[in-house]
Parts: sequence; structure tokens; C-alpha cells
Amino acid sequence: MQIRLLKDRILSKLMLALTIFSVSLVALIGAGLYYKSVPLLRDNTWGSLLFSSVWEPMKGLFGFFPFIMGTLWVTAIAIIISLPLCLLTAIYLAEYAGTTVKKIVNPLVSLLAGIPPVIFGVWGILFVVEFTTGYSVLAGGIVLAVMIFPLIVSIITEVFNTIPRELKDASLSLGATKWETVRKVILRKALPGIIAAIVLAVSRAFGETIAVLMVCGNVPVAPKSVFDPGYPLPALIANNYGEMLSVPLYDSALLYAAFLLFVIILVFNLVSRIILNRLERRISG
Amino acid sequence: MTNAPHISVQNLNVQIGNNLILKDVNINIPDKKVTSIIGPSGCGKTTLLKTFNRLLDNTADVKISGKVLVDGENIYDPGAEVTHIRKKMGLLSQRPFPLPMSIYDNIAYGPRIHGTTKRKDLDQLVEHYLRATGLWDEVKDRLHSSATRLSIGQQQRLCLARGLAVEPEIILGDESTSALDPVSTQKIEELFLELKEKYTIVLVTHILRQARRVSDYIIFVYMGRIIEFGPTEEVLLNPQEELTREYVKGFIS
Repeated sequence: MQIRLLKDRILSKLMLALTIFSVSLVALIGAGLYYKSVPLLRDNTWGSLLFSSVWEPMKGLFGFFPFIMGTLWVTAIAIIISLPLCLLTAIYLAEYAGTTVKKIVNPLVSLLAGIPPVIFGVWGILFVVEFTTGYSVLAGGIVLAVMIFPLIVSIITEVFNTIPRELKDASLSLGATKWETVRKVILRKALPGIIAAIVLAVSRAFGETIAVLMVCGNVPVAPKSVFDPGYPLPALIANNYGEMLSVPLYDSALLYAAFLLFVIILVFNLVSRIILNRLERRISG
Repeated sequence: MTNAPHISVQNLNVQIGNNLILKDVNINIPDKKVTSIIGPSGCGKTTLLKTFNRLLDNTADVKISGKVLVDGENIYDPGAEVTHIRKKMGLLSQRPFPLPMSIYDNIAYGPRIHGTTKRKDLDQLVEHYLRATGLWDEVKDRLHSSATRLSIGQQQRLCLARGLAVEPEIILGDESTSALDPVSTQKIEELFLELKEKYTIVLVTHILRQARRVSDYIIFVYMGRIIEFGPTEEVLLNPQEELTREYVKGFIS
């Protein structure tokens, strides 16, 4: 009896410690990246780093604007392309498809999620770059859209499945069609879940490196249209870290890029959490 | 029975997966009366109710054969239009499921779908059906606040009002009071008694006293078959079948 209780107490403390450890990793990573960027920040202001477009490390000029814009363009394009497709697919899978279709499609969607990014990159070079847009942020966006598709579809389908059958029946029994039920009841009820799915997808898209790097051209100039090449932050870090570190401050600049990426994702997650909380309160009354 | 039946079920079989849920069901549900379907849990009474407005259609692996005639029209005819059939019936489920919108929009939901769009008409409809279910005085000052803020009992009456607003002929109740407190239960039961002037009402219930209080006729279902059907007093007080007698006395539950 005593030992059972003791075991329970020790385990709960242990799990608490592990939880604290994994959560504190986030803070540690942030602090580490910031610490490494300090040399760069000593010589430059935040304003010039964020908004200057001049990237000439040899002359000690580090403007991150092109990279920030590259990241935002690629991510925005990916979400704009994939969201409507994902929504309609998820609606179909959750509300219309028969069991046979579900049994075939669901494993395929999971399979798509398991394909390594480098394969998407190769596919992007062979098909997207070759036949459509050339090396550009659009190519990056398309490849990324395909990569986040399974993530969004599976989360949104899951959200739809958690909506009580009786609520759908209530709408149907009033003579509504399935589509009317989807549009007026299910989407409304699922909105917080859909936003959560988008948040996850955006965070994933921000950070996706290799596939995007292979297709979007990697020219350090802020893109002006979707057909321009771009150079997202993760690609900058992956392409250069470990090389050219003899250039003064280059090392620090790359870690500053990592820090920026970290902060963008953090702020984005915080903001969306606030929006989600508001929404949930409004919907559940 | 003086009136022609409103719903006529002929040779109905329902199979879900490998389970035969309803076996060779034949029944005539009288017009403008309250008919209660009673029977032990899992006997198929809710399934029977759901065949009346084709809500079983969306269940996976369901096979339905036989006919259900509503106003003489077979609702399982391949050409039958399912939204039209469902519009004829208001459904009141076990727990209230208000739509995720305001009180006003809950009532206006059905009429809007079926083509009423003028603000004035909708205002009138909303007031009329909220009065009909005794909710008007309780909610008239907060028509545009979320329906989920109402109490469970009020929500259930809202769901009834929402169903009535599409002008159905039939009201289907699936253990509609099982989540409610005694006062709310009584209000719903009183509403049923009022509504049978204009509507045919079919209720699934597992409370025999409730069946006795509100219904004119009783159907006793056991293991997917209809065992007995007749006027309430006769079925409850003088059942013809051994199974019914045992159930009514509480031997089967």
C-alpha cells in the first residue's frame, strides 16, 4: 500500500520535472540564438537589419528584408493554394464520402505526410519548375502547398468528425441539404479547429527548408511578384551555415536569421492563440 | 381508428452491418394522435423513428428494404426527394442541439432555407413559434444572443420551436425529455398534448408513465419486432402478448 502511494508520488514529480525540462528547451533555444546574434546586433540596429535590402556580407552589410519577404511570400502562397483544396477535401471525406472511399483515401493522405521533404524538392524541380514557373516563390509555394496538404486535411477532417452527429441531424431534419448543413452549421462550429489547423500548417511552412530551397531560386532580393525567385530564411541558414564562416559576423548573422525565424513563429503562435480563445468564447457563448 | 393512417410502414427491414435491427415491421401510425414507441434499450425503437425521416441514410453500411408511406407517398422511393420528406417532420432529439447561432437564427434557420427571406416575415415567424413553445417571454430581450446560453430545458423548447417553424405535419421525439429536469419535462409533455391538435406525434420513450400520460397509442417493440400495438390503456393495462405483459410489469428492461 505504502509503496504504491510512494510510486505514484515519485512518478508524478518525475513527470513534472520532464515537462518543465521540455518546455524550458524553447526558452533555452531562444536565449542561445539571441546570445549568438549579439555580435551582429552590436554593430547594427534592429531597424537596419530588418528593413535593409542590401546583403553583402563581405562588406559587412546584412539586410534581412529580402529573406523575411521570401519566407512570407512562399508561406502565403502555400496557404492560399492549399487551404481551399484542403477544406473541400476534408468536407468531402468527413461528410460525403462512403466507407470505401475513406478506407482508400485516408491511408494515402497519411502516406503523403510521410514522404521526405527532399523528394518533394526533386519532384518540384522536375515538374513544377520545369513546366510552370521556373525557380520562383510560386514554385516554392506550390511544393509547400502539397507538403502541408495532408497535415491540414487530416486535422480538419478530425475536427469535422468531433462535431456531434445529432447537430448535423438537427440541421438535416429541418430539410437542409448536406451542403447547407456544411456551410451554415459545420463550418461555423469547426472554425476554431480550422484556424488551429492553419496555424500548425503555417508554422510548418515557415520552417520548411530543403524542398523550398531546391525550387525557389535563392536570390537575395525581395520578390516583387510570384514569378520572382526568393530566398527564405531557412534556406539562407541551411545553404551557408558551416561555410564562409571566415567572413566576420557571418556566423552571427546566420544565427540572427534563425532567431528571427524563431521569433516569427513564436509571435504567430501567440497571436493565433489569442484569436482562437476569443473565437471559442464567442461560439460556445 | 377514425382517421386514415398518417405514416404507414410496410414490410420494413433495417440492417446495419451484419445486424438486423428491424425485422419485418408493419404498422399504421394514426393521424393527429400521440403514438409512443416503447421497448427495452437496443430494441430498435430509435432506429424505427429515424426511418420516418430518412435520417438513417447517413449511417455507414445500412440496408433498408420495405416501404414507409407518408401521406400515401413512399419516402424510400428512389425518386423521393429527401429534403422535402424531412421538412414534413420536426425532430426533437434526446439532448437539445441548438445550432451554433443566435436564438433568432435558430428559429429562422429552417424558414430561410425554404425561401422566407423578408425580415418582417421572419420576425413574425420567430415570435409566433417562440410563443407557441412558451419561450417568448423568457427570451424576447435576448433574441440575438447565443442559443447555447439558455438552460437545457429552454434549449429543448427552442429546438421544438425550430422544428415547428418549417411547418411540419409530424413531430418525432426521440426520448426528448431524458436530459431534462422534472419541470422542463412537464412543459415539454404539455406542449405535446397541445400540439396533437394539429400534428401527428411519434415519441420514443423508455418511461412508461410518460407514455401513459401523453400518448393515445402505444407500440411495443422487442428485439427489432413489433410485438403489440394498440390504444395506450389497453396495451399498458391489458396487454395481449406475454412479452408486453412482462415488459410492462418490469420483468424485461
